[in-house]
Amino acid sequence: MFEYAPAPESRSVVDIAPSYGLFINGEFVPASSSGGVFKTVNPASEEVLAEVASAGAEDVDLAVAAARRAFGPWSALPGAERAKYLFRIARIIQERSRELAVLESLDNGKPIKESRDVDLPLVAAYFFYYAGWADKLAYAGFGANPQPLGVAAQVIPWNFPLMMLAWKIAPALAAGNTVVLKPAETTPLSALFFADICRQADLPPGVVNIITGAGETGRTLVEHPDVNKVAFTGSTEVGRQIARSVAGTRKRLTLELGGKAANIVFDDAPIDQAVEGIVNGIFFNQGHVCCAGSRLLVQESAYDEVLTALKRRMATLRVGDPLDKNTDIGAINSAAQLARIRELSDIGASEGAERWSPPCELPSQGFWFAPTIFTGVTQAHRIAREEIFGPVLSVLTFRTPDEAIEKANNTPYGLSAGVWTEKGSLILAMADKLRAGVVWANTFNKFDPTSPFGGYKESGYGREGGRHGLEAYLA
Amino acid sequence: MPKSDKPAKVAAVTAPARLGVRKTYKLYIGGAFPRSESGRTYLVDGDNVALASRKDARDAVVAARKAQPKWAGATAYNRGQVLYRIAEMIEARRGEFVTLGVPATEVDAAVDRWIWYAGWSDKIAQVHGGANPVAGPFFNISAPEPTGVVGVVAPESFLGLVSVIAPAIVTGNTVVVLAASPQVAVTLAEVLATSDVPGGVVNILTGHAAETAPWLASHDDVNALDLTGVADTGLAADLERAAAGNLKRVLRPPVDTPDFTADPGLHPMTALLETKTVWHPKGF
Repeated sequence: MFEYAPAPESRSVVDIAPSYGLFINGEFVPASSSGGVFKTVNPASEEVLAEVASAGAEDVDLAVAAARRAFGPWSALPGAERAKYLFRIARIIQERSRELAVLESLDNGKPIKESRDVDLPLVAAYFFYYAGWADKLAYAGFGANPQPLGVAAQVIPWNFPLMMLAWKIAPALAAGNTVVLKPAETTPLSALFFADICRQADLPPGVVNIITGAGETGRTLVEHPDVNKVAFTGSTEVGRQIARSVAGTRKRLTLELGGKAANIVFDDAPIDQAVEGIVNGIFFNQGHVCCAGSRLLVQESAYDEVLTALKRRMATLRVGDPLDKNTDIGAINSAAQLARIRELSDIGASEGAERWSPPCELPSQGFWFAPTIFTGVTQAHRIAREEIFGPVLSVLTFRTPDEAIEKANNTPYGLSAGVWTEKGSLILAMADKLRAGVVWANTFNKFDPTSPFGGYKESGYGREGGRHGLEAYLA
Repeated sequence: MPKSDKPAKVAAVTAPARLGVRKTYKLYIGGAFPRSESGRTYLVDGDNVALASRKDARDAVVAARKAQPKWAGATAYNRGQVLYRIAEMIEARRGEFVTLGVPATEVDAAVDRWIWYAGWSDKIAQVHGGANPVAGPFFNISAPEPTGVVGVVAPESFLGLVSVIAPAIVTGNTVVVLAASPQVAVTLAEVLATSDVPGGVVNILTGHAAETAPWLASHDDVNALDLTGVADTGLAADLERAAAGNLKRVLRPPVDTPDFTADPGLHPMTALLETKTVWHPKGF
């Protein structure tokens, strides 16, 4: 094997200010006395990127009030006009996608090739897709005269900061709602850049409000009495708390929560493609993916072949600088997340599973974790039951399709699943029986704005994307 | 009655030639009619009716879970036929429901409702799912699937009862129903038991919903909760909070008194459905 020369993407396309305020009613404002400030760091270097305002209760009030004032005129706009704003936003995102991709990699730690080739094209696509719905709501199949709900409180995670924003904001605005969105405290920057895009598009003040802060800010927002709709993507535990907090109110709720997806490989599968799918399934975005294929179920008769090929492929993965265009696996998003991944991996080893990582040198600064697989895993192991949200794969085996189904469904989660086999009838039968919202057959981790995404069971309720994604924002 | 000096034994002589056989109202669990395991009954209009316990609710969930995969796996055509058969059997027992105090027009409306939902069994997937034109060489399709076992707190009226059971089961869910009007509900159970509805698909418990509903709301093997029949907003909020434990889908009680004679729309069905999306590459 030869070595690649570094191919770093330039940071000069991004101009990060030393500090950022909250985006309320079309203006950047400092946090009130009840708020404060916090720092956001580059997880690959631990360098402080900017200081960001933390919204307190007063700020949440202001943001919700701004969204409420904007709701009347915004929802009264003809759909075709709302559509034009969304089309403008989509276009500006395309124009600024290089800048946003670099920013996202700096703040999140994800490889530039993913933010550049996956995240940003999809972000623009989601705005384009929902822009086209704004003047066609009566045709969406939810009744002849669908109405927006009002003010939407949206709380999103740190793994795909801009993409989660697009999934939330685009359908909400298309349907005529106004929004207050809180990005995660470790990745607030791209949402603040998006606020600037809203200004650039001359979006009316108050239609989109961005408030930054940690869990407490999010809680204050979703519990605010004047919001009509809550949308949350994040952990199942927080989702449960939110479901409790909106109980007995008329607030509508959608939740996209955790997962523990089974990626099922039959012995007739095209092994090289399956191995690519396994790698993509668990190591894409450092495994910080709610639908990551974190449980590999291999048919016993193909086990040796698959494992050998998988280890060989893993040895070629390049871990390091997220801004290097050769990088496959970037930095873990935060010290806290790294600690959780380490803890669960150590438990995996102590419970008797066999741990393996390819030889790889990790940078001395920043938060890093080598791609890791555990073999000899049983369903009782914690690493096979709990979401690790990192580049850690548990490998289990099965003999018959029935056994694969039983093991795959043996989880409180039900977000996604993968099936690999050349046999079409087997794929369709497996897809029928898997209790998961998305089934990828002979592929994995594919997304598209026209395709509904969401979970069964404790992976949450509601769907994002497609016609189904509109339903959450209409009455 | 005028006073009489006739001996008391005359009364026995004037008794009807044949004594009526009264119906014993029991629960409906797994296709059988057990008494409450607690042995409790309560009095409704002179009848002793089974008073369901926590254990009965749990037994009903077990029965519903057991029946669910096979019911969901039946063809949509078959489920539609079974629902239509329910309508036939209610029509045949029209008089009995009227005797129990259900207005004749409401019985008719209930029959019509079953028939309406029977027709949805093989259409909902076409209306609520379909192909997604993704930007890439993939076959991508979304289809609705049942969410699983649904706990239902039923409204009082017969049409209301039918309007919560039919949309839940037509798509392949199974239900545990806490009924409000026991005699009518148990009579419906007798209809279901003779309508080719597999045992366990519909389970009906009589008693105090406020007592049994919390056990359904907090039960980890119940996937969804329909609170249409809960009038007490405090209780509804408590149940919804309990349902958050395993993130059950919740159909909240209506804001206004529901008009069950109106077109129900798709929501009673779609609220209890998941959407499954399947991706597969396309190419030579």
